[in-house]
Amino acid sequence: MMLSIKNIHANIDGKEILKGINLDIKAGEVHAIMGPNGSGKSTLASVLAGREEYEVTEGTVTFLDQNLLDLSIEDRARAGLFLAFQYPVEIPGVSTTNFIKAAVNEKRKYQGKEPLDALAFLKIMKEKMALVEIDQSLLSRSINEGFSGGEKKRNEIFQMAMLEPKLAILDETDSGLDIDALRIVANGINQLRNQNRAILLITHYQRLLDYIQPDFVHVLYNGRIVKSGSKALALELEEKGYDFITEETDL
Amino acid sequence: MTNIAYFKDQFEDIAEPDSAIREITKTAFDTFNQLGLPTYKLEEWKYTNISSLFDKNYQFSKDNFQDKLSPSDLQALNLAGEEEAHALYFINGRFAAGLSKINATENELVVLPLQEAAKGPYQKIIAEHLGSSSKYLKDGLHALNTAFIQDGVFIYLPKGKQLALPLYLHHINHADTENVLSQPRSLVYLAENTNLQLIETYTTLGSMESFSNEVMEIVLQENAYLAYYKLQNDGPNAAQVSSTQIHQLGKSYVQTLTIALNGGVIRNNLNLILEAEGNETHLYGLSLLKGNSHVDHHTLVDNKRPNCFSNQLYKGIADDTATGVFSGRIIVQRDAQKTNAYQSSKNIILSDRATINAKPQLEILADDVKCSHGCTVGQLDEEAMFYLRARGIPLKEAESLLLRGFAADILDQIKLKPLRKHIEQLILAHLAST
Repeated sequence: MMLSIKNIHANIDGKEILKGINLDIKAGEVHAIMGPNGSGKSTLASVLAGREEYEVTEGTVTFLDQNLLDLSIEDRARAGLFLAFQYPVEIPGVSTTNFIKAAVNEKRKYQGKEPLDALAFLKIMKEKMALVEIDQSLLSRSINEGFSGGEKKRNEIFQMAMLEPKLAILDETDSGLDIDALRIVANGINQLRNQNRAILLITHYQRLLDYIQPDFVHVLYNGRIVKSGSKALALELEEKGYDFITEETDL
Repeated sequence: MTNIAYFKDQFEDIAEPDSAIREITKTAFDTFNQLGLPTYKLEEWKYTNISSLFDKNYQFSKDNFQDKLSPSDLQALNLAGEEEAHALYFINGRFAAGLSKINATENELVVLPLQEAAKGPYQKIIAEHLGSSSKYLKDGLHALNTAFIQDGVFIYLPKGKQLALPLYLHHINHADTENVLSQPRSLVYLAENTNLQLIETYTTLGSMESFSNEVMEIVLQENAYLAYYKLQNDGPNAAQVSSTQIHQLGKSYVQTLTIALNGGVIRNNLNLILEAEGNETHLYGLSLLKGNSHVDHHTLVDNKRPNCFSNQLYKGIADDTATGVFSGRIIVQRDAQKTNAYQSSKNIILSDRATINAKPQLEILADDVKCSHGCTVGQLDEEAMFYLRARGIPLKEAESLLLRGFAADILDQIKLKPLRKHIEQLILAHLAST
């Protein structure tokens, strides 16, 4: 098992958002978590990535045989967990290329490998750039500064390609994208799909799943996974809206 | 305050009755006697306590140590890219003419001991400009420097000379046997159509206390260009009050950049007097303070004529128990219509015990001007920290990246590439050490 979430409860500012989540993900699988606004989707992503304002009050998360919750934010990343941000942060004065190079080399250090020299890094970068159709000029700019919404999301997937995570959590990667940008981003993600890597897609809408076919779909509502199924569940949600789930659950 | 009595004693000893600048020094000494050392009770010195430092019994150095420094000692002070440049040395506040390294003819660059220049063909310039900053800097320390002008330097760029190589001014304090008070003094004159890149550094050798009370006066005539970089990276035993007054007499361009990394108590007074229509001035500052450092940037931009442009951007980072001060004053005189004057101070505090004081002041007497000022004091962006760490970058390194990012737009202003690289490396090491 790559990731095993057992009965996770999490609070922010004393308010319980996650109320007992259970989820197992194996290598090679793509899981989609869907749910209405405020159901706890992004909280789940944040808890897994280690965002410090969330307090886990109960439950365990095992990631590649390690207790994930014991690891620092950076160690989670270096162990192979990647979070594509819903709102990628703009960081003035720090060049995107230098940042990604630092991140790649931190990961290599963690794995006991030598850092990449400038040439080797450049070569890998060129390869991965093609994957998400991202331009060199964008990468020489400060991190996400003045990037359009689509450029920010492509930059996230580009970083995923560079860091080659074991588990990628994509938090609302489709939000704010027009149809062309969505196609490019989804295409990049599909190329990064392989049998050693797991992907957790977090999305409000079905439309991302038209491009990326998940193996499993889970519906998160009020801090719990209330329904799990195949791709067909996403289509059912699209057709009937979240109401049919919420009504069922609230009964 | 035993030091005051000592100064009075010394004044009689040191003063040369036949000095060409005797009148100036005499008047300044009287002013010093009246004012004494500035205390925090004065509004301008509210945040920086200088007078208590003088309990340390600083001594004027009798020796200028010129012979004790080997070429390799001097070379050790070189900054990256300096090998080819011009270099002047002040040792214990006294200009050491014998150590000067000038790669230009006298037609291109004149460097003379101040006393000597005051007697020769530059007499008129010196009479007119030496001490002109006392009109703006009315405090005892400034007067003390003027009273004891001994071995100052006069730097002169003749008409039309564009000095291609930068000029480095290194201040060295030899504080290995006693507490040293140094009082460097310089007058820099840029005639019409000239170009100068000036870099000042400060180094204290030895572990006794040193105090540098510096005054520099710079005059720019029509179409002169000055880039002026000050790098303060001295030991915690080194206190410093550094006053620079720049008179833009003709329509000219000035860029200043003050970088404070290490030191004890530092106070910088930087005055820009815009005397001609259409003057342009850019003032940048960066403080990266930790330990118990205290850096106080005081700026003044006095707009006297119409159509002048000035922009100030000062950034500060304070960690541990460090204190940063930015006090920026802009005056727009009645005649200075169409002035554009901007000022911004941005600060990050990294520790609960660090302090930043920011105090912008605008005095506008003209009615058709564009002026703005703004100050921010905040912490490292937590969201940005999380973003970097979520990519595997460790906490310390993420902090360093963000702080370097914060400083980047200031460092981008350093036009001399090797100097910029040098300072970037210093900052990297500075942020990495605890």
